[in-house]
Amino acid sequence: MDKRLERILPRVQKPARYTGGEYNQILKDPEKVDLRVAFCFPDTYEIGMSNLGMSILYHTMNSLDCVWCERVFAPWGDMYEEMKRAGLPLYALESGDSLDRFDALAFSIGYEMAYTTVLDMIAQAGLPLRSAERTALLPLVFAGGSACVNAEPMADFLDLFVIGEGEEMNNELLALLRTAKAEGWSKRDFLRRAAQIGGVYVPSLYEISYKPDGTVAAITAKDGAPARVTKRIVVDLDSAPYPVSPIVPSTEVVHDRVNLELFRGCVRGCRFCQAGYIYRPIRAKKPETLVRQGIEALKNTGHEDVTLLSLSTSDYRPLPGLCDGLLDYCESRSIGLSLPSLRADNFSMEIMEKLQKVRRSGLTFAVEGGSQRLRDAINKNVTEEDLLHTCAIAFAGGWNTVKLYYMLGLPTETDEDIVGIADMAGRILHCWRENARNKNRGVKITVSTSCFIPKPHSPFQWEAQISREEYLRRVNLLRASINSRNVVYNWHDADTSVVEAVLSRGDRRLGDVLEEVWKNGGRLEAWTDYFRFDRWMDAMDRHGLSVSFYAERERDTDEVLPWDMIDVGVRKDHLKRERESCYTSTLSPDCRHRCSACGALRLMEGGKCDG
Amino acid sequence: MDKLRLRFEKTGRAVWISHLDLMHTMQRAFSRAGYELRYSEGFNPHPQISIALPLSVGVSSRCELMDFRLRGDAVLSELPARLTAVMPEGIRVTDCYEQENKLALLKYLEIEGVFEYDDRDAAAMAEELAHFFARPEIVIERKTKRGRGQSDIRPAIRDLRFEAGEGAVRLHAVISAQEPTLNPALLPDALRQLRAELAPDFAKFMRLENYLENMEVFR
Repeated sequence: MDKRLERILPRVQKPARYTGGEYNQILKDPEKVDLRVAFCFPDTYEIGMSNLGMSILYHTMNSLDCVWCERVFAPWGDMYEEMKRAGLPLYALESGDSLDRFDALAFSIGYEMAYTTVLDMIAQAGLPLRSAERTALLPLVFAGGSACVNAEPMADFLDLFVIGEGEEMNNELLALLRTAKAEGWSKRDFLRRAAQIGGVYVPSLYEISYKPDGTVAAITAKDGAPARVTKRIVVDLDSAPYPVSPIVPSTEVVHDRVNLELFRGCVRGCRFCQAGYIYRPIRAKKPETLVRQGIEALKNTGHEDVTLLSLSTSDYRPLPGLCDGLLDYCESRSIGLSLPSLRADNFSMEIMEKLQKVRRSGLTFAVEGGSQRLRDAINKNVTEEDLLHTCAIAFAGGWNTVKLYYMLGLPTETDEDIVGIADMAGRILHCWRENARNKNRGVKITVSTSCFIPKPHSPFQWEAQISREEYLRRVNLLRASINSRNVVYNWHDADTSVVEAVLSRGDRRLGDVLEEVWKNGGRLEAWTDYFRFDRWMDAMDRHGLSVSFYAERERDTDEVLPWDMIDVGVRKDHLKRERESCYTSTLSPDCRHRCSACGALRLMEGGKCDG
Repeated sequence: MDKLRLRFEKTGRAVWISHLDLMHTMQRAFSRAGYELRYSEGFNPHPQISIALPLSVGVSSRCELMDFRLRGDAVLSELPARLTAVMPEGIRVTDCYEQENKLALLKYLEIEGVFEYDDRDAAAMAEELAHFFARPEIVIERKTKRGRGQSDIRPAIRDLRFEAGEGAVRLHAVISAQEPTLNPALLPDALRQLRAELAPDFAKFMRLENYLENMEVFR
């Protein structure tokens, strides 16, 4: 271990997150590989080690004998300061080697608030921030992840982006990089060739011009790069690689458990939900595959919990059979099985009873809108009747905590809808009084609201976000409407949502803002400990950019959007249709009821969506 | 099987695993190795394991002891290899046996340590250190559960020798493990408080062996 590191560690909180050495980490001989990849997660160890995508891609990249992929996380503030003081550069956990020994830095970016941390990690690696300033081929600095479906604010910093699912694409890219390294290609040549790999977006090969009003005039692809980059997917998830021997953290992380991914995509089409559109088409794993992989992963890790992941667990058709298969193994071994993302409408007594056999957690419902009219407008197909019915069963079954999540500021929302949230919480409380088995234990109903953020590639991508002031007015209206001691109201502050709204639909000009915020100390901004709203506003002012332009402006449907070069499968006219249906509060049937021909099917290469 | 005791080493990167995290790591390692720990009864069952004399983060050891109970039978001689195979880097199980001595009888710890001096002469330091720790009493300020207090650490030091190395002084000591407990970190602390010019730039320690009152190895 580096002597400087050894002296720092006794002084920082939770040092085990900075040392590596965990069970199942992958070690290779650096002399025997052709490429060393630093897989960088722009947030803390505890968050990154809970991320299934990170775990999958760590293993797929390491499945190549010629590649050693290691993990790098962003140090917490105390460690960051100590490293700076000691002159210790950012290093990878497996080998402890600093990042200047690596051929590629691969970032996984899941949310916009991590952007400045990416810049910080590039700087901590001792590299110039901007792609154009890094003239050598190596190290290649690239990124993927869901926050890259509009990568524009980060376009100047990264050499390329991998759009969509990385299992196959990353390894194709690394194979090309290996050739380029062996044959001594220039960076320019490499990037041109890389742009021909499906899903690879090389921002320097796209010229953006702007209109006098600041909107994008045109996006022009150069040097043979495709006009639109189509997202990559893995067609068959049953044969796709899944890490049955994931790394077992030696210290507590956020989600310390075996994660099983049931399916990708979502049949529901909630209009505010970016994930529901960008992860299409729907591809499910077979329950046999999941039971086998789950048991194997439990054996190989010794975890005490297994969780079923997807955007909507109850839409997984073979769910009861899967639960039976897993519980057969888990129950006798005191292993807990948890199912997040259940829907209120088809939540069955059967599933609930099964879970109760092992461990019981609270009920959480993402209701999103306070009235049926608003829920129809956003295509959140949950009725109050279903919700109350589910709660009645749950209360009778002994549950006594319910969490309800809503968004304020959704398109078409009125004050009536907001008061409706309080009314609904009241009716759930009444439902508890009527159904609870043991009233002595009390009930806790938690209402949480966040500020709606219009996201690219969703039907609301043209919508305006409400202002901070308006959000606070709506929060206060709801506060005043809740008057039961059993109902607790938490609201997410709007400041982060404003910045997130600017970045998620931003363009390349925001790169200067990101750099400025970083220069002024901005990193780990997804944490309230470090987020500073003023720093963002000052930087935007200095570069002549405004929140009103990016976040609070309704965009014309004919406008060229900064992310129009990215094709996630779903066609724009489908998004427009869905948006129009919002204004008439018209529900769209779910994909299983009637296919809406959204366009994602063409990514399947002859396969069947939701087959 | 009841009243079992595991002896293991915690060195290298594993020294940064905290006591609480180590309990969790052990629990998972047993499960990976195919052994079922006995769980407590009750609403929130937890495995019945207990680690003697929790080690401070950053201190390594060749003589950690963990008491545990198993559901069902096991060949004790197989446990060390099977557990070591599924441990994080730095944890190596060296022995497993039925408890012989009660934990309360663990009296002394043999430790070694390194005091690093970046710009000072180690040979001169070794001499000064020996002189300092030969004092009849070493009263230092320490944080206790009830705030600050004074205590004499000298009675807790049974034997302490220093030897100069390159840029560092190595120490070898036998210290009291329980009643009173001497945290080895108090040795450089004492220097910082009483003779700051002897305080090392960095200090690290390793536990070597556990002893009974009569200096027989504790098992």
